[in-house]
Amino acid sequence: MTRREGSAFAGLGVVFTKEFADQLSGARMVLLVALIVLTAAGTVYAAIQTIRNVVGEDPFLFLRLFTTAKQPLPSFVAFLGFLLPLLGIALGFDAVNGEFQRRTLGRLLAQPIYRDALLFGKFLAGLTTLALVLGAIWLLVAGMGILLTGVPPSGEEVARSLLFLLGALAYGGVWLAVALFFSVLFKNPTTSALAAIGTWLFFTVFWGMIAAGLAQSLAPVVYGFPEEVLRQAQTELMLARIAPNTLYSEITLALLKPEVRALGPVLPVQLQGMVLGTPLPLSQSLLMIWPQFTGLVAATVIFFTLAYVFFQRAEIRA
Amino acid sequence: MMAAIATQDLTKRYRSVVAVDRLNLEVERGEVFGLLGPNGSGKTTTILMLLGLTDPTAGQVRVLGRDPVREPLSVKRRVGYLPDTVGFYDELSGRENLRYTAALNGLSGRRAEERIGALLEQMGLAEAADRPVRTYSRGMKQRLGLADILIKEPELVILDEPTLGLDPAAAHEFLELIGRLKAEGLTVLLASHLLEQVQRVCDRVGLFRKGRMDLVGPVPELARRVLGGAYRIRVEADGEGLEAALAAVPGVERVRREGRGWVLEAERDLRPAVARAVVQSGGRLYALELGVPSLDEVYRAYYGEVQHDAA
Repeated sequence: MTRREGSAFAGLGVVFTKEFADQLSGARMVLLVALIVLTAAGTVYAAIQTIRNVVGEDPFLFLRLFTTAKQPLPSFVAFLGFLLPLLGIALGFDAVNGEFQRRTLGRLLAQPIYRDALLFGKFLAGLTTLALVLGAIWLLVAGMGILLTGVPPSGEEVARSLLFLLGALAYGGVWLAVALFFSVLFKNPTTSALAAIGTWLFFTVFWGMIAAGLAQSLAPVVYGFPEEVLRQAQTELMLARIAPNTLYSEITLALLKPEVRALGPVLPVQLQGMVLGTPLPLSQSLLMIWPQFTGLVAATVIFFTLAYVFFQRAEIRA
Repeated sequence: MMAAIATQDLTKRYRSVVAVDRLNLEVERGEVFGLLGPNGSGKTTTILMLLGLTDPTAGQVRVLGRDPVREPLSVKRRVGYLPDTVGFYDELSGRENLRYTAALNGLSGRRAEERIGALLEQMGLAEAADRPVRTYSRGMKQRLGLADILIKEPELVILDEPTLGLDPAAAHEFLELIGRLKAEGLTVLLASHLLEQVQRVCDRVGLFRKGRMDLVGPVPELARRVLGGAYRIRVEADGEGLEAALAAVPGVERVRREGRGWVLEAERDLRPAVARAVVQSGGRLYALELGVPSLDEVYRAYYGEVQHDAA
């Protein structure tokens, strides 16, 4: 078999530019960004009300902006954990079947480009849009924080929050890839949107319960030994980590709360010699969530690859 | 010169269904070729294989001397394809839609703008160019589709049911545009089931049936092969025993009663002989016309025949 002629990415830039422009000018983008900006402003403002009194005592005041919850509002990161999948799905659920419905796919693929360029261009455009939104929100939060608390963030705080942003992007990327995959699989955008939202709901709402149930049967506590209890807890955590939202919340926790030293059960023997409440250096926090971050990227790659394989085999005719 | 399209035993199977069965098609450059057949007879599948959008199960394809499976990009750079259900981005204007296609073909900047402007003008869309496509009529979209495939300055144009859903005036206008393409030296492959239209613009036609193309040639030749007698002589007359007299004229193959007269099938133009026969048998002759058989008749006779075979 001879090599395919020309680059698989011929036309990638053109597709990317068009899709990116479409994303930014679309009505759904306006809606979602308005939603996210409002939540960001609301939660951060509420957080500032809470942390005002500890200004000067807390070395990581800036990071508290992201994580502090004030009843009845959840914290900003919790909101983001909810809104990012929604944004990712909204950006990708009709990427391919939308072209099909508008009957533009045949015309598009009759141009001198490969399908690779089309799919990859759409994914990149979605990811860039996501990055753009996250960047804007970060600036909004940082700006509000500096204005309302009067404390500029330290270098480490900026680094930590930007790394968190990267984690959030990876988390959004997973859902973008999932949505893209369903948009290849189903010919109808409504079906693909429902499938993507269903998957997300499954992991957010049900997977935790399923993981707990599975852990009980996989690693039962028969005699009540501490080893058994630990084994069950570990099994449950590993199972829970199949869900992207678990990975996201662990990344959030480790990066935005430097005093967190371990994710999961800790034995008393491991606590020996530990000065509780002292923050970890950034490199150590990063080391702790490296597998989680890799996991999110891997999930994205898997779903994108699935979408790619199905799209290459898809029949063009309606 | 190399043929624009050449296929050798081209076959496409979808599981157990044979969509295209050992197709041998040759289309010369500068020719307008009509691909005819009922829906589901393999026309669109053939077109997709010509463009490398679906891989053949067996056989060879050459489009403009290249293999669309191995070199899809160079084929698609030189071939314009208008699908049967062409769609555009509704929220973008006609001009913006064309700009995207131009960019995908590596055309941008002033050269692209000039070419887009000229094509919109040529297709009679200059006024609507900056309106969103959602406001376009079906005929306008179809003309925009033609502009869209001409941007890349193709050597071969493939049109799949281009007049589907157009009103007669718009269809007529569209066919004129196709005629103009031929005048510019483009090769055109036109798939359709609307016979009358194909007959008007095509140099040659191929009849598709269940994935096979058994009949290829210019319309009169096809008529001769399918209908037997290629000449139809319509006689309007009255008198005693005329039918027998007409059938007795040498060269008449069949006499059929139709309306107020008869239709004779003959191998030659027998009008003088027919006139003489009518007059000699004492009949009164009102009209005598020579009809060219339409593709419609060929089609009906051919497919009718085939259905009888199957039954």
